[in-house]
Amino acid sequence: MARRDVAIVATAQRPNEVGSTLTSVELILPVINDVIAKVGIERQKIGFWCHGSCDYMSGQPFSFVAAVDAIGAWPPIVESHVEGDGALALYEAWVKIQTGECDVALVFSNGKTTSGPIDRILNLQADPYMVTPLWPGFDSLAALQARACLDAGVLSEADMAEVAARSYRDALNNPIAYAKENVTAEQLLARPYTTAPLRAHDCGVPVDGANAIILAAGDAARSLAERPAWIRGIDHRIDTQRLGARSMTESSSAAIAAAKAGVGDDRIDIAELHAPYTHQEILLRRAMNLGEGTHVNPSGGALVSNPAMAAGLARFAEAAESVFSGSADRVLAHCTSGPMLQQNLVCVMEGE
Amino acid sequence: MSEADGIMRLRQPISVTYNWSAGPNATSHLNGLLDGTLVGKRCPGCSLVYFPPRNGVCPKCARILGDDVVVGPRGTITTFCVVNVPFLGQKIKLPYVAAQILLDGADISMQHLIQECEAADVRIGMRVEPVWKDRSEWGPSLENIAHFRPTGEPDRDMGVEAGAS
Repeated sequence: MARRDVAIVATAQRPNEVGSTLTSVELILPVINDVIAKVGIERQKIGFWCHGSCDYMSGQPFSFVAAVDAIGAWPPIVESHVEGDGALALYEAWVKIQTGECDVALVFSNGKTTSGPIDRILNLQADPYMVTPLWPGFDSLAALQARACLDAGVLSEADMAEVAARSYRDALNNPIAYAKENVTAEQLLARPYTTAPLRAHDCGVPVDGANAIILAAGDAARSLAERPAWIRGIDHRIDTQRLGARSMTESSSAAIAAAKAGVGDDRIDIAELHAPYTHQEILLRRAMNLGEGTHVNPSGGALVSNPAMAAGLARFAEAAESVFSGSADRVLAHCTSGPMLQQNLVCVMEGE
Repeated sequence: MSEADGIMRLRQPISVTYNWSAGPNATSHLNGLLDGTLVGKRCPGCSLVYFPPRNGVCPKCARILGDDVVVGPRGTITTFCVVNVPFLGQKIKLPYVAAQILLDGADISMQHLIQECEAADVRIGMRVEPVWKDRSEWGPSLENIAHFRPTGEPDRDMGVEAGAS
């Protein structure tokens, strides 16, 4: 079967914040209405709705069902939920469009990351078996990974600080970014360790956020957007969940996903990498062979605002917006999931 | 340590504490309960009054709910279930009735207990009123209402044929 051309035609994101007093449904509803208003489509024309979130974050089983209230599900709709980042829900929606069952899909995600100890919550969600009863949080595991990389000479603390300084400076131009600062790597290196060898700037800032994206196929996409961001390749790969059986100094799943998505076929203008830790951005750049000509995370990335379960879809939104505006022609969007870059979804998009 | 098989067993209690937020729309509802007032919310789109105000949005219109609306306290039973089966943790004497009650002025029903009458006498259309617990036991919860009881008013016509209930 020939692959259908599918594009992102609109995006909407909430400004990232800490300590939101809204319910998840109240958080989501305005971004869904926003993204629909941007393309001016009737709700009934949306053939598939797909949601990414994590019930552990609200501490309520089946809390994702409440999100259907934000959709306006009358008359009845076709919808699905992914217990994970919204970028994985986007992948499901892309597959749904490939089956020919619909032409237009709306994907959304939300994360009230600051309503609980996210480090512990994600560990309980993602790993009930492999490292019990130690319950190492994501920060601790990332610190082990960073330590392995430093010891192997793969990168230095100064390299990591460079990533953070660039991200914090780029975030100054992003109105919805949470953390932003005109800072240099030297200044950051003078700050204390939080989880050695990680400093505060090495770890993505947990925030509350929500976002939504509309995908459309072929002519539907052309009618909804002036310059759609066409998905040329998309691939999702997973490393073993046995942490001891993985190489800590490289990301093989990211490398395979990037190759399958066609990253190396041509230059990449902008890469929005979902790297919640500074050293992980370096590992990802290396795994995907991204060179000097690629601007990584002009939005500031997940380091400056990391709404868990929405930070990956945010990368897709940022990358697509750069195609809409014409500031880039060929872009990469990436999402990771699980500790130490366990899962990697890579997507290449192009303008026409 | 089990002496029989030499397998070590650990008890590892774990817990997570959340700062759960009711959201601005449910907050007026919960504050109302602290005060003994039943506060719902009206959808600015379809005008339906939600009690309780769910997650603060109208699921039909996908709009944030609007004005507070005081509803009840009396209401009408729209459907019910007689509970005869004992289960773990049961607090109420069998048989008892769990009913959906449409409070006066509200457009969606809520579930509560019916007491102070025989289970066999409960019917669709029956008018009921809340019986509040002692004020010292109140919190931001519908459990401030111990149960509902019949008011003795004539039944409301719920469009159900005779005998159907």
